[in-house]
Amino acid sequence: MQAKRTIFPNKVLPYVLLVPQLAVTLIFFIWPALQAVKSSFEREDPFGFKTTFVWFENYRRLFGEASYLGSLGKTAVFAISVTALSMCLSLLLAVAVNRVLRTNRLYTTLLVWPYAVAPVVVGILWWFMFNPTIGIAPYMLRAIGVSWNHRVDGVDAMVLVIIAASWKQISYNFLFFVAGLQSVPQSLIEAAAIDGAGPFKRFWTIVFPLLSPTTFFLLIVNINYAMFDTFGIIDATTQGGPAQATNILVYKVYSDGFLGLNIGSSSAQSVVLMLIVIALTAIQFRFVERRVQY
Amino acid sequence: MKKFALLLSTGLVAALAYAPAASAQTEIAWWHAMDAELGKKLEEIAQGFNDSQTEYKIVPTYKGTYPETLTAAIAAFRANEQPAIVQVFEVGTGTMMAAKGAVYPVYQLMADNGEPWDPSGFLAPVTGYYSDTDGNILSMPFNSSTPIMYYNKDVFEKAGLDPNTPPKTWAELETMSRTIMESGAASCGFTSGWITWVQTENLSAIHDQPYGTLENGFGGLGTEFTFNGPVQVKHWDNLKKWADDGLFQYGGPGGGADAPPKFYAQECAIYMNSSASRAGVIANAKDFEVGFAPLPYYDDVTTDPKNSIIGGATLWTLNGKDPAVYKGVAQFYTYLSQPEVQAAWHQATGYLPITNAAYELGQSQDYYGQNPGSDIAIQQITRGTPTANSKGVRFGNLTQARAVVDEEFEAMLAGSKTAQEALDTAVERGNQILRDFEAANQ
Repeated sequence: MQAKRTIFPNKVLPYVLLVPQLAVTLIFFIWPALQAVKSSFEREDPFGFKTTFVWFENYRRLFGEASYLGSLGKTAVFAISVTALSMCLSLLLAVAVNRVLRTNRLYTTLLVWPYAVAPVVVGILWWFMFNPTIGIAPYMLRAIGVSWNHRVDGVDAMVLVIIAASWKQISYNFLFFVAGLQSVPQSLIEAAAIDGAGPFKRFWTIVFPLLSPTTFFLLIVNINYAMFDTFGIIDATTQGGPAQATNILVYKVYSDGFLGLNIGSSSAQSVVLMLIVIALTAIQFRFVERRVQY
Repeated sequence: MKKFALLLSTGLVAALAYAPAASAQTEIAWWHAMDAELGKKLEEIAQGFNDSQTEYKIVPTYKGTYPETLTAAIAAFRANEQPAIVQVFEVGTGTMMAAKGAVYPVYQLMADNGEPWDPSGFLAPVTGYYSDTDGNILSMPFNSSTPIMYYNKDVFEKAGLDPNTPPKTWAELETMSRTIMESGAASCGFTSGWITWVQTENLSAIHDQPYGTLENGFGGLGTEFTFNGPVQVKHWDNLKKWADDGLFQYGGPGGGADAPPKFYAQECAIYMNSSASRAGVIANAKDFEVGFAPLPYYDDVTTDPKNSIIGGATLWTLNGKDPAVYKGVAQFYTYLSQPEVQAAWHQATGYLPITNAAYELGQSQDYYGQNPGSDIAIQQITRGTPTANSKGVRFGNLTQARAVVDEEFEAMLAGSKTAQEALDTAVERGNQILRDFEAANQ
């Protein structure tokens, strides 16, 4: 791609224009991140009276801990499942809505609604529906012979948070996919149809490749969503339980730091989480993006 | 612009109208964790104090659950924005006691401000828990509770059991639960809030089993957990067995949010939880009659069950405020210790009457005669002489350690560990948490 170069005759102005953005980044992103890195090397009592520099003790302990390695695994399962489930379903819905000509606005509106619901509310909603005591879902599942109890069964709990987290994200993905689909030139599809390509062939050879920038963007957004934004859902539905079955990294950071008041370990975890996301994003841009056609 | 001017002028008028009141009174911030009915009652107490004098104004603020309130207070302290008074649950006691520079001990506060303060008027199990090794009380007792057993008298009757004879021992509880289930009177025998507090810490105290070394943590920082003894293992083993048979239903980690609805919906016939759940139980048990009883015990382990241990919270005074504020805090604590105030709080909520005078006042009002079962908690917590094992459990970072106990309990329920393995792991992981606390506070 040919990069466009703009020449600024004024030497100072471009920097002045950059200042607000740089300031925001420094104050709200870089500085807290550096703070986290600093306190990840320290041990501190909750009230902050005494701070000891402990080198890599927090990290060493973290990776020696079975529950942390377990949490890494849970996070991978969770993030991959949420991303795959919400992206596949929303693509399916978007394609379906795109085919309905007359009432697609109505469907779009209805499908976008869940996105307006706050994550905690989503959590409470699913918590209610799947509550082993008062929920409707376990009651119906019992009727078909499935015993549901996410309070005890870790797999049930994981399924529950995956459903809850995906349900919310489907709306967002759906909106982008619909927009993407509507920008696919109708003439290309018609030409292919005239050439005798069936609906599936048309989708996989024309529509889907043209959607690849959207898909790539959503892939990054969804992985970040699953790793960071699902905190409210976990907190409201399972609180990381049972027996840490749904204790994904971002929730563990919270529970160790805010409930357990172990700031050193919590900071070390944030730093690891930060590195993971940086690495994932870098990999995606380096390798996945090559397959994207803009 | 016009709108802005209008806003500004109304703001000024409001500020002017408010100013005299604000300048005459010293405001005292009180952060607490009481919501719903308890929160309303707490605000009444604050209002009562505010109406009783004109110099000080207590401003209560709800800060969320107990752990959230504690975290908020600590964060505020670090930012130098702390309230004068914060309500901290008993689990946070170890953390607060270690934070010497942050806390203004209540015995000192009262002495410095010349307020009358007689610790001997308070219930011994309560004051013992919040005293340092020299016997000085560090925080103001406020809402102390202890777990008791609630049971559904209607279900007992339907199952052909005597509704006035609740199970005394775990063996009786097991047989009765089976009878209830087999007769179809209810689909589950019992459930419990707070597995950590009720079925582990209190179980240990009642059976005089150590929970940790150094007198359950009262003796210092170098303590270790020992709750993987035979009695605790036996009980967890039983709970697992009963859960598999459906006699026991698990109510979730922490406070066990699913447990109360199981009892209210008459799914489980028996429910163990804090005496402070009493208000909620009475409000929700509309279609059935509730009985109250002490917690069961194993009669093959002990024939002389010890006292249960406390939960609930106390009020901690935080350092860094003006002397005038502390004068008000001391006066407020004096107000709070009055038998009338204490008795009203105790009777409305189910928390223990924390002074002997408040208990006697309730007796002279015939409150316990008119509300049978309302004195179960106080009888249970004052029975016998407390031993080193039944004085209470007081460890640093106990919130974290409790989370570990919950996790291991869930692992056992899911069948991935035996009771012995789960408790051994919990002790091992808990000790690591204690070492962290020791290292951070040495």
